[in-house]
Amino acid sequence: MRSNRPVDRRETELNEFVQIVALSIGISLTATVVAAAISLPVGAALAIFPFRGRRAFVVLINAFFGLPPVVVGLMLYLALSHSGPFGFLQLLFTPTAMIIAQATLAIPIITALVHRASERAWARYGDELTVDGASRLQAMPQILAIIRADLLTAILAGFGRTVSEVGAVILVGGNIRGLTRTMTTAIALQTSQGDLPLALALGAVLVGISISISATVFALAGTARTAGSDEV
Amino acid sequence: MIPNRLAFAIFAAVIGIGPSWGADHAIVLASTTSVEASGLLAQILPQFTAKTGITINVVAQGTGKALDTARRGDADVLLVHDPEAEQQFMDEGHGSIRRQIAWNDFIIVGPSTDPAHIRGGNDGVIALRAIAAAQAPFVSRGDKSGTNAAELRLWKGAGQSPDMLAREKWYRDIGGGMGQALNAASAMNAYTLSDRGTWLSFNNKGSLVVAIEGDARLLNRYDVIELNPQKHANSKLDAAKAFADWLVSPDGQQAIGAYQANGEKLFNPSAAAPK
Repeated sequence: MRSNRPVDRRETELNEFVQIVALSIGISLTATVVAAAISLPVGAALAIFPFRGRRAFVVLINAFFGLPPVVVGLMLYLALSHSGPFGFLQLLFTPTAMIIAQATLAIPIITALVHRASERAWARYGDELTVDGASRLQAMPQILAIIRADLLTAILAGFGRTVSEVGAVILVGGNIRGLTRTMTTAIALQTSQGDLPLALALGAVLVGISISISATVFALAGTARTAGSDEV
Repeated sequence: MIPNRLAFAIFAAVIGIGPSWGADHAIVLASTTSVEASGLLAQILPQFTAKTGITINVVAQGTGKALDTARRGDADVLLVHDPEAEQQFMDEGHGSIRRQIAWNDFIIVGPSTDPAHIRGGNDGVIALRAIAAAQAPFVSRGDKSGTNAAELRLWKGAGQSPDMLAREKWYRDIGGGMGQALNAASAMNAYTLSDRGTWLSFNNKGSLVVAIEGDARLLNRYDVIELNPQKHANSKLDAAKAFADWLVSPDGQQAIGAYQANGEKLFNPSAAAPK
């Protein structure tokens, strides 16, 4: 019995580690996809459709680049709490709450970057795209296609924001073992237990994963780019 | 429940794992950090889950924050260690039953150079007076946790109020968990008050050693608190009650007493004879 223990423990720890990594990536990818689905059309629309207050809106979106994760976490915590307005959804301390928090953080970044690239593309190709009587709405997908290389950067920046933050997910997720413990919250916990080597190892894995994902996406984009021209 | 289930299905599909999430029998335990950081819960909760099928999701916070979490209705059961704050929680009508499950003690740890010359003593108040007189660095949790409350009670005995302490340069309020306080004390060669469980399982002690132990005022009691159904109507309270009952049952008490870290027993079960 006793001799089996260390092996069991190591296996449990490995399983737990794999689960933490999978959960981190799953949550952050989902949050990034959700954020991108909102940010791409909004970012392009901001460049294409003039409306009253657009300038102020753009300034606000850019200001939210620096939205402190802990503030987002606190506001979501109060909103999702049982005694808050969305308490009936029972989302506090679940991965869904963490996805909402991370998406909230990524949306301003992706939107602002998409808007900036769309603005340049619209200034250059806007007349061409609407010359045949096509509406601005019809021009939107084409603008997004023109700036697809910038979309990649924007989405990766959003993913980087989601996977690296700890302040918001620890508040709304609660750092529950096996349920809402991600790499960043695990690093915070290991540090607080004085397990600095383990915390550092987790940190190295986190950085490694970020680099691999970025490299993979750029490799895929490189393959796609040889197929068509990509001049902006 | 439905959004939870849906999210679970999507999520499990995305990353291909299926944790306990979405289970019908999962309750949230808001606990003090020490029972989590010491490894106790990781050891005993699987035994409870194996027996009952109820999963316990632990949100480890300081006692003050854990009580607040329950006040807001965001926890189903509590495991905390601040008698005064707990009493207030009960007086407010949030809790129904409060039972002691275990005890250990607080200790004062400090640098082995011992600038306040307190090492080896067993009187916490005399030790704090000596630390203040020597103006030796002292790290405070400053987070309204049970340990923070115990520390402030001890300072009160030594004639120092929180306001007086806040003005002192050697008194460093870090606003963090026990582990953070120990990390800070280790880095600053400072004294601090720690619960014995976290201290024994802590791995970054540096030059810190136990300076004071054995003061009767440094008793550290852990209580499980069930919520009052009249204030916190919730379908999970039955499962929460099953958990509280198990903690004080012979099985639960045996599991608590059997837990060791680095070869030492961390918690003394005391449901039968509360301290």
